[in-house]
This record gives sequence, structure tokens and C-alpha cells, in this order.
Amino acid sequence: MERIHLGALDYTLLAIYFAFVLGIGWTLRRFVKSSEDFFLSGRSIPAWIAGLAFISANLGAQEVIGMGASGAKYGIMTSHFYWIGAMPAMVFVGLFMMPFYYGSRARSVPEYLKLRFDEKTRGLNAITFAVMTVFSSGISMYALAKLLELVLGWSFHASIILTGVIVLIYIFLGGLTSAIYNEVLQFFLIVLGFLPLVLLGLKDIGGWHGLTSRLAVVATNAGFEPGAWSHSWKYTDAATHNPMGVEWFGLIMGLGFAMSFGYWCTDFLVVQRAMAAGSMTAARRTPLIAAIPKMFMPVLVILPGMLAIGMHATRGGFLPIGSDGQPNYNLAIPMLLAHYLPTGLLGLGLTALMASFMSGMAGNVTAFNTVWTYDIYQTFIRPGQSDSHYLRMGHAATVFGILASVVAAYAATRFNNINDILQLVFSFVNGPLFATFLLGMFWKRTTGHAAFYGLLTGTFAAAMHYGLTLSHGAVPGIKGGFLGAVLHVYPSEMALNFWTAIIAWSSCFVTTLVISLFTQRTKTDDELRGLVYSLTPKQSDEAMPWYKRPVTLAVFILVASAILNIIFW
Amino acid sequence: RLDLRLPIGLMFSLFGAILVVYGFVSNRAYRLGINVNLWWGLVLLVFGLVMLWFAVRK
Repeated sequence: MERIHLGALDYTLLAIYFAFVLGIGWTLRRFVKSSEDFFLSGRSIPAWIAGLAFISANLGAQEVIGMGASGAKYGIMTSHFYWIGAMPAMVFVGLFMMPFYYGSRARSVPEYLKLRFDEKTRGLNAITFAVMTVFSSGISMYALAKLLELVLGWSFHASIILTGVIVLIYIFLGGLTSAIYNEVLQFFLIVLGFLPLVLLGLKDIGGWHGLTSRLAVVATNAGFEPGAWSHSWKYTDAATHNPMGVEWFGLIMGLGFAMSFGYWCTDFLVVQRAMAAGSMTAARRTPLIAAIPKMFMPVLVILPGMLAIGMHATRGGFLPIGSDGQPNYNLAIPMLLAHYLPTGLLGLGLTALMASFMSGMAGNVTAFNTVWTYDIYQTFIRPGQSDSHYLRMGHAATVFGILASVVAAYAATRFNNINDILQLVFSFVNGPLFATFLLGMFWKRTTGHAAFYGLLTGTFAAAMHYGLTLSHGAVPGIKGGFLGAVLHVYPSEMALNFWTAIIAWSSCFVTTLVISLFTQRTKTDDELRGLVYSLTPKQSDEAMPWYKRPVTLAVFILVASAILNIIFW
Repeated sequence: RLDLRLPIGLMFSLFGAILVVYGFVSNRAYRLGINVNLWWGLVLLVFGLVMLWFAVRK
């Protein structure tokens, strides 16, 4: 494929961006005096900043490139990852879970598990989260470096070192505050860097009507009804009727419930931003504020993929063909950048891509250094040390987190399916997690033993289900069926993933429930105050104007996402 | 500790100003008849200046 050539102006814009992110870290360094400043921003971040950081930390390069690719591959159905796979969960965590996370004064999600259950449940969550986070950061690093090598001809090693060093410097200097402030800067850059791409693409293709007529060609070429790429629900009556290969029940329960609540409600990477908020009200509003731009994010990350496949089908050769004979969907956004943006705006678009990568990586590293220092080092290795000792450990953990990410990035070059393995382990570990939190927060009878063995059972059940089933057309191995016997074949890989999450959540829920009934409570009602719904004084928003109340914001978000679902039905 | 609107406003004002100047001085070598550097540069410049105005007015 032809490489994109950047001009001096493009590099100038990139250099200015790097100078600003480092400048923010440098400015904030003198405000980091304690471990709470470094790991939790001294719990002083305003809601609007925490909210935009909440969404930006999730908007890594894998998200931007991956959702663009899915937009090309599945069309508007990819929006389910936002309107069903994010909105309800973000509303739930804001309204119902933040009062416990924030009110308990827990410094991390694993620490909440310790306060609510016991040390072994915390240890299990902390160790799996820390390992997964470092690998995730490394694979994101690998994905971006490979992309820059392919599209721009940049050295793989130089890309990894440059981005790793910049993220390391600004987190090392300013801790979580620096990461959060930069995530907000990066959020605006991602929006303003990708928006011209979408506007120009839509103008060129003849607006929404022109796009849908081209997508009809894509759909009929693939053997589907003409509207399969431009309708999100219409063809979910059967898995064989839509390009994603899923039916409505698996979509709602697998993606909309088990997977999305497992991520948005329990993943410390995003919850940490809300925990850094300056007050309980700010903490509750953080995910709700984040949900508003998140709702419209498909315009920036999915629509470019749909534009690219529309161009590819009707003009030919827009997307390079991969080794499997299929278009390389991962290049949807880079190809649009190269096609539409001249020197100048091309630099802005590339800077936006770089910003998305850095915000995702910084999110991973700040979550890792907090969990490592508080939940592993302070708990199991060196308890009872001074605050300055843990602050130094936080700095060391930041360096280690970046170095481990670099090692993971190079490991990814040796194993071509490491990302598949990571996503697989993630789904096994994250799938059951929400069941533990749901029972822990809303049923005071739930015990520590039940939570621990429920999590293990959920993970084991997910692995068994995945090992005994397969998706249509796949060979047994990393894509399922690795236990030899194949008991069921799903119509698509997506359907297999959704049902694995359903099995993981259900088995964890039932196991935790049953074991709780047969084991003794180890926490008294007094110890559970602030940790369990029935024992915690309810948040009163009466003093606030109605339009500022979290519940008002939540209703607006749910109604707006329902309207979007109806518009693109 | 730092009014975040200040660096955001400064960065986007700078980006906008650079793109506007480049849009003015460079030739049609525009893939739609739109001088996107000029017009999008103006959008960035206005956004940056509004952010700066809010930051300065506290």
C-alpha cells in the first residue's frame, strides 16, 4: 500500500501537542505531595473534568481503530457497543454504585472488595487486574506502532520509545491529576481532529442518503438484505440475517448486560476517574457527564468505517486487501485520513490518533500503579510504611508499568494472536465480576467465601463454555473448541463472546448466592454501613435544582439513547 | 491547581492560527473545492479563544 507522507507542518502540530502534554505534567508536579495526590488527585477533580477523563481513558487507539474497523465490517450495528453496551451501565454506576465506591473512601475497586468481603477476594481481583492492564497497555502500544510503521513508515522501535517516554514523563511528574487533565485535552483533540474527516467523507459520498445507498451494495454483495449495514435492530430477529451474526437476546443480555456492566461498573481504569472527583455529587455525575459525549461517539469512530466500506464497495480499492483476501478493516480511519486531509489537517488527524493512544495508555498505567501500590505492595509485601514510601513506590510502579507495557508490545510481535488471548482472558475474568458487585452491594447476606468462589466458578464456567463451543467457520483453538469436543456451533465469533459472558455472569451469580446461604457472615451491619444499599443512608438531591440532579441527567441519557435506537432501528 | 481551560485554549488557538495562516498562503493543492485548512483552522481558533476567554474571566 502507498504510504502517507507528512509535511513539516504536520510534524509541527504533533510537536506542539507533545509540548502541551509535557507542560501540563510539569506544571502539576509541585502539587503532588502525598500518595493520595499522586494516586487519587487528592479527590479534588471537578465533575466536568472527571467526566471527560472517564470517557477519554476508554477512548484508546484500540477503541478508535477497532470501532472504525467494526463500522466497516458490521455497519451501524456497531453502535450497540455504545447505545446498549455503555449507556445503561454508565447510568447504573453513576446512580447506584458510586455512592458505595466513593462513600466507602476505598482508594481502588479491589480495596472496595476488601472492605465489603475479604482479603482473598481483593487479592484475586487486584492481581488479575494488574496483569491484564499491563498487557492491555502493551498491546495498544504494539497496535499503534504497527499502524504508524505501515501507514507512515515510522520505525516500530522509535514509535514505542517516543510514546512510552512521553506518557511516562507526564504521569511520573503529575500523577493521576496529570493523566486526567491530559485526557480532557486529548478528548477535545480527538473530537476536533476526527470531525473534519467525517464531514468531508459525508459531503463526498452524498450525505446519509448517499451512504446508505452504497451500504446497500455492500450488504447485497455479502448476501444480506440491502438495509443490513444501516439498521441496528431490524435484522436481529435471527443471527443469520445480520453481518454481526447475533440475535436480539444474546445482544441485550450478553453485550447490554453481562459485558457492559462488567466493564463500566467494575473496571478500575474508568472508575478511578470518578473516585478522584471532588465530592459525592461530582463522583455520581462523572459517569453521567461522560455518557453524553459517549452517546455521540459513533459519529466519530463508527461512521468513518461505514464511509470507508461504502467507498470500497463502489469505487474499488479504497481499503488495502489483507492476506485473507478481505479488506483490511483496521485501516479504515488511516485511509480516510490519507484520502481527505491535506497537509495541516492531516497533522491534526494524526495527532488525534496519537492522543487517543496516549489517553488509553495513561489510563492503564495510572490504574496499574494504584492497584499495585495499594492493593498488592502495601497489602501483601510492605504494610505499615510511611506515606512518602508509598509515593516513591507509585513513581517506581509507573516506570515499571511503562517498561512492562513495552515488553508486552514486543511480546505481541512474537505471537500473532496475543491480542485474541488477552481479550479471551479478559472476558473470562471480567464476565463474572459484575455479579459479585451486584450481590455485594445490594444483598448484605453475601459472604466473602461466596464472592471468592463465585468469581472462580464464573471464570471456570466461561472457560469451559468457550472450550466446548465454536463459532461458524472457525477451527478449534484460540477461537473456541479447544477442549476437543464441540457441543454447539454459534453463528459468529461475536455471538460466542456474548454467550460466554452470559454463562460467566450467570454461573457466578448462582454460585455466590448459594454459597452465601451456606456460609456464615463475617461482617456485621455496622461494618457494612456505606458498603451495602440497605444499610447506607440514601443520597438526597433535594437541595439541588431539578436540572442538576443526577437522576435528571440519567433520565435524559436513557431517553436520548432510546431515541437514537429508534432512529437507526 | 491549574485552570485546564488555559492550556486547552492556548493549544487550540495555536493550532487554529497556524492552519488559518497556512490556508491563506498555500495554493489550491484543498480532494471537494473546500480550503479545509482555512475553515477548520477558523473553527479551532474560535474554540480556543472561547476557552481562553472563559479561563481568563474565571
